[in-house]
Amino acid sequence: MLIKRSKTTDLKEHQVTDEKLYLERRQYLKKMGFLGVGSLLSGTTVANVFDLFGDDSKTDVFKQRDLNYQIAKASTEILTPEIKVTTHNNFYEFGAQKNQPAELSQGFKVDPWQLKISGEVEKPFTLDYDDLFSSFKIEERIYRLRCVEAWSMVIPWVGFSLADLVKKAKITSKAKYLAFETLYDPKQMIGQRNRRLGGGISYPYIEGLRIDEALNPLALMSVGLYGKTLPPQNGAPIRLVVPWKYGFKSIKSVVGIKFLEKEPPTTWNILAPHEYGFYANVNPKVDHPRWSQRSERRITTGGIFAQNRINTLPFNGYGEEVAGLYRGMNLRKYY
Amino acid sequence: MNLSISKNRIPFFKAILHVVFLYPLASLYVGAFYDRLGADPVEQVIHFTGMGALNCLLISLLVSPLAKLFKLSSLLHFRRMIGLYAFAYALCHILNFLFFEVQFDLILFVEEIFKRPYITIGMTAFSILTALAFTSTSKIRRKMKKHWQKLHNFTYLIALLAVIHFYWSVKSDVTEPLIYFALYGVLMTLRYDSLRRWSQRFRSR
Repeated sequence: MLIKRSKTTDLKEHQVTDEKLYLERRQYLKKMGFLGVGSLLSGTTVANVFDLFGDDSKTDVFKQRDLNYQIAKASTEILTPEIKVTTHNNFYEFGAQKNQPAELSQGFKVDPWQLKISGEVEKPFTLDYDDLFSSFKIEERIYRLRCVEAWSMVIPWVGFSLADLVKKAKITSKAKYLAFETLYDPKQMIGQRNRRLGGGISYPYIEGLRIDEALNPLALMSVGLYGKTLPPQNGAPIRLVVPWKYGFKSIKSVVGIKFLEKEPPTTWNILAPHEYGFYANVNPKVDHPRWSQRSERRITTGGIFAQNRINTLPFNGYGEEVAGLYRGMNLRKYY
Repeated sequence: MNLSISKNRIPFFKAILHVVFLYPLASLYVGAFYDRLGADPVEQVIHFTGMGALNCLLISLLVSPLAKLFKLSSLLHFRRMIGLYAFAYALCHILNFLFFEVQFDLILFVEEIFKRPYITIGMTAFSILTALAFTSTSKIRRKMKKHWQKLHNFTYLIALLAVIHFYWSVKSDVTEPLIYFALYGVLMTLRYDSLRRWSQRFRSR
C-alpha cells in the first residue's frame, strides 16, 4: 500500500498565492504612482527608472540549495506562504522598507563565510560555510514569528540548536551572556552605506541573549527555511531564531558570537531604549509606546480580507518552555 | 502665452482631476483584494492612503500661490475639490485602520486614539478637516460670511498636524517626514504676507 506522507512544508491549494500575480506587485505600485516623495528620492530610483524599460525578472536571483534535515511534525497552524516569508523582511542592511531586502540583496555572497565563536570559552573556533550545515544535527522546526510591529508569521525553519553550539564552545564560568554580530560589509549591504536606506540605525547590528536563554532547546541557529538554504533577505547563510522574543532579537547573517560576562549593548535598545528592551520577550501586557501588543495580525495568504487579527500570547505561546527562565523578574521593567 | 482657462473648460479639467485622484484609490483596493500588494496588504493600504491625504493637503495649499504667480485665478475653482480629496483619502486611511488593522475591535481603536500621541494628533487633524469638508459648499460659505475664511484658515494647522503625525509614526529614519516639513515650510513662506496680516488682525482685536 502506498502511504503518501506529505511534507510539512507542502502547501495546500488554497494557501498558494499565484506567484505571477504576486510578482506584478512592483509594476502595480509603479502604475499607481502615488507614493510619497521618499520613493522619488530613494537610492533605488536609478534602478527603478530602468525597470520601466526593462523587466524585473531579468535580475539575478540568489540560488538556494536543497537541504537534508529531519522533517518536523505536522503543525496545526497554517504556514505563511514562502513567497510572503521571503518578500516581507525587516533587514535594514538591505533597505528599511519591507520589500527592499528581497530586491536589494540578491547578489549577496555567502560562500565563503566565517562565523567566529570567541570570548569566555575554552575553545574559540570558526565555522566555515560548509561547517554551518555539517557540524550539528540539522532539523526542521515550525515556529511562530512575532514582530514587535504587531504582525506575525508561521515559518518552517531548518537549523540546529544554539545549545549544541554553546556546548561545543566549552564556555568558562564567566560566560553569562552572548553577543551576536551581523556582517559589516557596506560594499554588499546598501543600508550600511546609505543612512537613509539603512533606516538610520548604527552598524554592525548587535543582539544578545542571556546564557540560559541560549541553552533553551527552542533557541535555534537557522540555516534554511522551507527546505532550502536561507535567501539573503532572511539572513543567509546563518541567523538566530528565538521564537518567544520579538523578531528583532533574531539577528541575521551572523559572523560572530562572543561569550561575555556582562550584558552587551544591543542595536535597537541603543537607538530607542524606551521602545526596545534587551529582553524583548513577547508580552501582550506591555505595550510598545506607540502601539498595543495585545494582539497581532497573522500574515497569511489571500488579500486584505484574509489578514486575521489574533490575540498575542505571553512568550508568543512558548510560555511552557521558557517562562521559568524569568521567574521572579519584573517583566514590565525588563521588557 | 495665454494661461487663462475659459469657464466652459472647467468641467473638463475637473473630470480629469477626478480621474487623477480616484484611479490610484480604486487600483489600490483592487490590488489589496487580489493580494497583489506584497506580503502585507494592510500596511500598504494604510500607508498609501495616509500619504495620499498628506499629498492632497499640500497640493491644495499650493493652489493659491500658483494662481497668484501665474495670474490665473481660475485655478481656485479646483481648490475645494482637492481639499475634499484630502478628506476622502484621510477618511479611507482611518477606515483602513479600523477595518483591516484593528478589525473592528472598537475598544482597541478608541484606546489607540487616546494612548498614542501620533494617533491623537492625526485624529485631531482629521476632526478639523471634517469640519472644513462639511462647510465647503458654496451655500454654507455664503451663510458663514467672514467666519468661513477664519475657519478654513485652519487648513494650515491641519497640514502641520498631519506632517507631525507622519514624523512621529516613523520607526527610525526620518528623512521623508523632514522633507514634508520642508515642503510645508515653503508653502507657508509663500503666504507669509497674508499670514502676517491675519495674525495682526487677530492681535489688534
